[in-house]
Amino acid sequence: MVSIIAKNLVVEFPMYWGRSRSLKNTFIRAATGGLLARDAADRVVIQALNDISFEFREGDRVGIVGHNGSGKSTLLRTIAGAYEPVSGTMDVTGKLATMLSITLGMDTESTGYENIFLRAIIMGLTRKEIEPLVDEICEFAELGDYIHMPMRAYSSGMSMRLAFAISTSVPADIILMDEWMSVGDAEFSRKSQSRLQVMVDQARILILASHDEQLIRQNCNKIMHLDHGKLVKLESI
Amino acid sequence: MLGWQEIRQRYRRSVIGPFWLTISMGVMIGAMGPLYGKLFGQDLSVYFPHLAISLVLWMLVSNLINDCSNAFIAAAGFIQQIRLPLTIHILRAIWKNLIIFAHNLVVVVLVFLFYPPEMGWHMLQMPLGVFMIAVNSLWFGVLVGLFCARFRDIPQIVASVVQIAFFLTPVFWKVEMLGRFAWAAQINPLYHFIEIVRAPLLSDGASLLSWGAVLLITLLGYTVMIMFFTRFRARIAYWV
Repeated sequence: MVSIIAKNLVVEFPMYWGRSRSLKNTFIRAATGGLLARDAADRVVIQALNDISFEFREGDRVGIVGHNGSGKSTLLRTIAGAYEPVSGTMDVTGKLATMLSITLGMDTESTGYENIFLRAIIMGLTRKEIEPLVDEICEFAELGDYIHMPMRAYSSGMSMRLAFAISTSVPADIILMDEWMSVGDAEFSRKSQSRLQVMVDQARILILASHDEQLIRQNCNKIMHLDHGKLVKLESI
Repeated sequence: MLGWQEIRQRYRRSVIGPFWLTISMGVMIGAMGPLYGKLFGQDLSVYFPHLAISLVLWMLVSNLINDCSNAFIAAAGFIQQIRLPLTIHILRAIWKNLIIFAHNLVVVVLVFLFYPPEMGWHMLQMPLGVFMIAVNSLWFGVLVGLFCARFRDIPQIVASVVQIAFFLTPVFWKVEMLGRFAWAAQINPLYHFIEIVRAPLLSDGASLLSWGAVLLITLLGYTVMIMFFTRFRARIAYWV
């Protein structure tokens, strides 16, 4: 059973800058006790997500909308498991595909071919799992012989095509996306859109953060409104 | 695999790649061996192999200390984006340094060609010693890396302590030279880690004291590391 369940989720970022991040101050604080201890309690934190609860099950296509800084990306990263909630719980069942930063783990000095494997490790695949997919990835990315060149020789569009091809090569139960991905020139873009659409349609749950109202209405059946880290409204459409 | 990647980056675009490290190491040892041998009034056939293996080992140990404590900070991009076991970042740093160490061993082998060591079964202790260094790097990296992520002064402190430790640890000099002050070296944990790899090559193996000290440090280190790691693991993503 694929599901994402959040209960009273709170994610806060402690703000450290020079003063509070230095060891000396912590020692002084510890030594002088009372006076500066208030400082510790007053520590500035940014509440990125504040008491959020929701339950998503199979078939849910969720669009997350909200202003910049409303907590969309933080929520996605928390679902992805990068941030563990300060309080509350986040339970995710099912195989995740995070499309948040698709070039993460790729290395410009390595060839495109080697990068397929590097990226696969980061995505949590084993060598055995990615090997049968390599040909298909190369073919889709249409890089030709460039695949055996170091990635620093690629144009940014070519790198994105490769990253896209790798990231969409493995089906997943849950897809997390920060803005709809669009890569390459007009022709490649069409091709990649249909590939992404297939992957999204196969997934049981889609979580898509976007500013594009129309896009969300096309792809989602639920809309989650975030504002200043609070869940304002969760509507079905 | 990820450790190889960094090494490979050095191989790309340069014909002999990381062997540049080996060469600079070789030149340094070749220059310093005779010089310090003279300064300390040592027999070169004894001092030269000692210096070669000691410097190569020191390079391993000091780079491990520095890289492992910075591993979390360096991997901030990964830690904040996706869920990976946090120890991966430390293991990657360890693996990278072990590969460099293997490259540098070439220098030691060369020196041993001129000044052959005493061969024997006791040499088999050496890989075990390297293994113990790697094992201890893991707890050290997690524990110190955690503090380094939280308090940004610590990486600098670690770096300067390592620099001072270079002179306080018997790398250039030998414990015997201290005479009755030998204890000053023996209370230094780094000495024992170097000794468990060095002694099997230069004499008939490390003393029980060194093995005991290493074992004790390993157990203590992992205990403390697990205590802190279970408590603060979730916070690392917020700190880096």
